[in-house]
Amino acid sequence: MTSAGSGLTLLQTCALSLLVFTGASQFALVGALAAGGNPLTAAAGAFFLGVRNAFYGLRLSQLLALPRAVRPFAAQWVIDETTAVALAQPTRRSVRIGFTVTGLSLYVLWNLTTLLGALGADAIGDTAAWGLDAAGPAVFLALLAPMVKTGVERAVAALAVVLGLGLLPVLPAGLPVLVAALAAPVVLWAQGRRSRGRTSPRRDHAQGEDR
Amino acid sequence: MNTWIAIGVTALGCYAVKLAGLLVPEGALDRPLVRRLAALLPVALLAALTAQQTFADGRVPVLDARAAGLAAAAVALVLRAPFLLVVAAAVVVTAGVRAMGA
Repeated sequence: MTSAGSGLTLLQTCALSLLVFTGASQFALVGALAAGGNPLTAAAGAFFLGVRNAFYGLRLSQLLALPRAVRPFAAQWVIDETTAVALAQPTRRSVRIGFTVTGLSLYVLWNLTTLLGALGADAIGDTAAWGLDAAGPAVFLALLAPMVKTGVERAVAALAVVLGLGLLPVLPAGLPVLVAALAAPVVLWAQGRRSRGRTSPRRDHAQGEDR
Repeated sequence: MNTWIAIGVTALGCYAVKLAGLLVPEGALDRPLVRRLAALLPVALLAALTAQQTFADGRVPVLDARAAGLAAAAVALVLRAPFLLVVAAAVVVTAGVRAMGA
């Protein structure tokens, strides 16, 4: 949808949806390319956003208990939505059904909307004039909202916003987002320090150092 | 051509991490620290991306109609509106503010 407004061809837009199929990474890649980022840093940012799918996969592999031969085919559908649906199911059978149905229908719908959106954007012309450039951040916000439940998540989000915006004029395109990701280990580390301070003093974990 | 390289690298990388998660032996996620970090990384990434795509033009910080659009999306989220309505609110309000010459 938004990709057609930032200089990608119809073919590139559709290939992105078919091959990458994880929304946040697609938006990130398109955003970074549109901002004039170099393709590898753009890809790095998008890749980093996709890393969370690995953690979904960890959880899903326990629930789905798929034969190893099937896993490469199931992998493409390991995304936010399929994980959310699968995690909500009570039995292994319904986990598998939930994962497959959600994965298949989203894959078809997502790619159809991408095609229609790209065609439509060509017809519309300047997407910014229609406010479509606000769609990307709104999508991110909608994905983010259910994840922010406690003060820890709020602290991570706030620190990430400060880092992401503050470093934007200083670092090359794509890098500020990666640095902003460090908000997660930093807040965890600070929280760990504080809770250790309240209880018995223990030796420091390496969690704040592996950056 | 550069765009195709970016698409190719992203597609390979994203598929690899998805598959890696499925192939990792059970028990790796049992460490509470790994689990906490896994939950918090997307929060940091999405927050930073939201801010950058709303309050910046390329590498220059700006405040424009998109801020109003994002505020509308936030209100829609608080009201528990469905996903598409949230996005639509942002688009419509941004377009509206722009049309008024902001």
